[in-house]
Amino acid sequence: MPNIYVPKPDNDTVLYVKDLRTWFPVRRSFIDVIRRRPPLYVHAVDGVSFDIKEGETFGLAGESGCGKTTTGKTILRLVDPVGGIIAYRPRERLLKEWEEIGYHPKFIDQYKSVDISKIPSKYLKPLRKEMQMIFQDPYGSLNPRFTVYKILEEPLVIHGIGETKEERYDLIVRVLEQVKLTPPEEFLNRYPHMLSGGQRQRVGIARALLLQPRFIVADEPTSMLDVSIRAEILELMMELKERYKLTYVFITHDLALARYICDRIAIMYLGRIVEMGNTRRVLENPLHPYTKALISAIPEPDPRYRKILRELPIKGEVPSPINIPPGCRFRPRCVTYDKTTEIQRYCETEEPPLIEVEKDHYVSCWLYGTPEEVRELTKK
Amino acid sequence: MLEVKDLKTYFYTTKGVVKAVDGVSFKLNKGEVLGIAGESGCGKSTTAYSLIRLVPPPGKIVGGELVFEGRNILKLSEEDFRKQIRWKKISMVFQGAMNALNPVYTVGDQIAEVLMLHRHMTKEEAMKEVYKLLEMVGIDPKRAKSYPHELSGGMKQRVVIAMALALRPPLVIADEPTTALDVVVQAQIMNLLKRLQREHQMSIILITHDLSLIAEMAEKVAIMYAGKIVEYGTAEQIFLNPQHPYTRGLLASIPRLTGDIHKLEFIPGVPPDLSNPPPGCRFAPRCKFKFEPCDKEEPPVIEVEPGHYVSCWLHAKK
Repeated sequence: MPNIYVPKPDNDTVLYVKDLRTWFPVRRSFIDVIRRRPPLYVHAVDGVSFDIKEGETFGLAGESGCGKTTTGKTILRLVDPVGGIIAYRPRERLLKEWEEIGYHPKFIDQYKSVDISKIPSKYLKPLRKEMQMIFQDPYGSLNPRFTVYKILEEPLVIHGIGETKEERYDLIVRVLEQVKLTPPEEFLNRYPHMLSGGQRQRVGIARALLLQPRFIVADEPTSMLDVSIRAEILELMMELKERYKLTYVFITHDLALARYICDRIAIMYLGRIVEMGNTRRVLENPLHPYTKALISAIPEPDPRYRKILRELPIKGEVPSPINIPPGCRFRPRCVTYDKTTEIQRYCETEEPPLIEVEKDHYVSCWLYGTPEEVRELTKK
Repeated sequence: MLEVKDLKTYFYTTKGVVKAVDGVSFKLNKGEVLGIAGESGCGKSTTAYSLIRLVPPPGKIVGGELVFEGRNILKLSEEDFRKQIRWKKISMVFQGAMNALNPVYTVGDQIAEVLMLHRHMTKEEAMKEVYKLLEMVGIDPKRAKSYPHELSGGMKQRVVIAMALALRPPLVIADEPTTALDVVVQAQIMNLLKRLQREHQMSIILITHDLSLIAEMAEKVAIMYAGKIVEYGTAEQIFLNPQHPYTRGLLASIPRLTGDIHKLEFIPGVPPDLSNPPPGCRFAPRCKFKFEPCDKEEPPVIEVEPGHYVSCWLHAKK
């Protein structure tokens, strides 16, 4: 009898998310409003659950528009969710700081996790020191009118770290050394346009690191860089992770890359996780029809592929996240659905949960369990 | 069919002359697919634009020969080139094709324009051909009435391919035809290009930074670095027996979906500034095998096995 995935925190859990939903309202025209047409939403994240352990690299993968970046931004509260829980276990430092500004968080489990989706925004500032983000575009995420020094000084000033200019200067020099922009003095007075893509991304990493966070969301940190320097940035990120005991959420569309750096991975499609588990298990033995299609589409540097046309077990195009298809949201594109008549009635009517097919490998597909079985389990 | 001899395209900027393409030579036979790979700024796109003589100013083709079907097309006047060669003989699928379409015309009209101008067809004849073209690239002909914003990225890319094929040119240059597309759509587009290439016996020059895509299609591969071709050979030679340190480094930096997971390699440093390239081998400052002659003299082109050329001092020694 299979299990249904529900995030179960334990001693090592840093963060878990339960049924997270982030919707964006669609702008309505004047006529829509006076005709009282119901408001529409882009269901960017639509019921996502996962848990992340301390020191882990958790991958969120999928095609553009699947909600992976929105998920990352939501767990940092850069975007507010409309529902669900984001449970984060704060460090002592954060609890103390909250205490100082008069915020007394409510713990939602025995591990002293706090639902950060419910924190009033005026108390979010100390949380920013715990949770940071590395952005995708090293060209767009650095202010072109600021020098490297100013870019890095800004977070220190905002968070009141380093009383004097000298102290801040020392911190900045040290962080530049950590990201291997050496000698640091040479980079301090440069503007972003005077740096290469890889160097810019190092500044982005330095900025995230400066506040000594514990949890970092890295949104495709290498996708805009040339292949030959990607590995260098990744190696740096992994080194820093070991040294400072960081936990990463690694957002990527590149499954081959995820295989090298993520411990566990969640494959997303249209706002939901369709498959999740140990990265190698998921990628070497994909079970969801969507994951299978994705993997079959990835080109490999092997000249044998030239002679064949790739078989792509998928049809149509991604539907709009405004009108999500009922039942399994992958059904309109699913080739397996067409072939497996006996489960079609489930696919059409009910959204499949994440079913545990093997140890630490969950799949959201009715091929691996019936709704009756699922209801039986949730009752228990 | 096409022979490029010592092509040089320079950009005359206020800060100096940028030698974006600096002595590129290769040959392309009929019905063959050549892949040109390299990282950003290596001159691969400039090479492509040079082939259809659309180098944006302040760029200029300053030297070399482009021999196409027996004559040097660099010698033609702009008027003759436009009438006889561009699009009729050599067409192009542009990079970021999704934005290459005119937003205020329907896609059918845009493809028809090509036919009306070059083939002097009437609107009705042209539209008939447009339907055929759309069907060929896997789009419902009814979509001819759609505007670009009504189509998905993959469909726009197909429209751009249809446009490039409208005059059935013997040579198509595809400059990063799938960047900005998702993997599934990318695979569909690659399948489409492969199929069309076989059916129409076209020659294709596929230009991309992604060596995996090159492996998907190309029979011959040229690896470019800092305005020069550093290695050239058949796909098997390049992928299974790479000789240039740069090619090796590039291949070792690509994560794979299968096999053992070993450390991804990287090439330290950054590509040189092309307005002031280093003396000798341009890759020398980043090369871990650098030795005596590398930073003094430009390496010769060595044929290491039949049809496999490498520009590296390591091989000159042997």
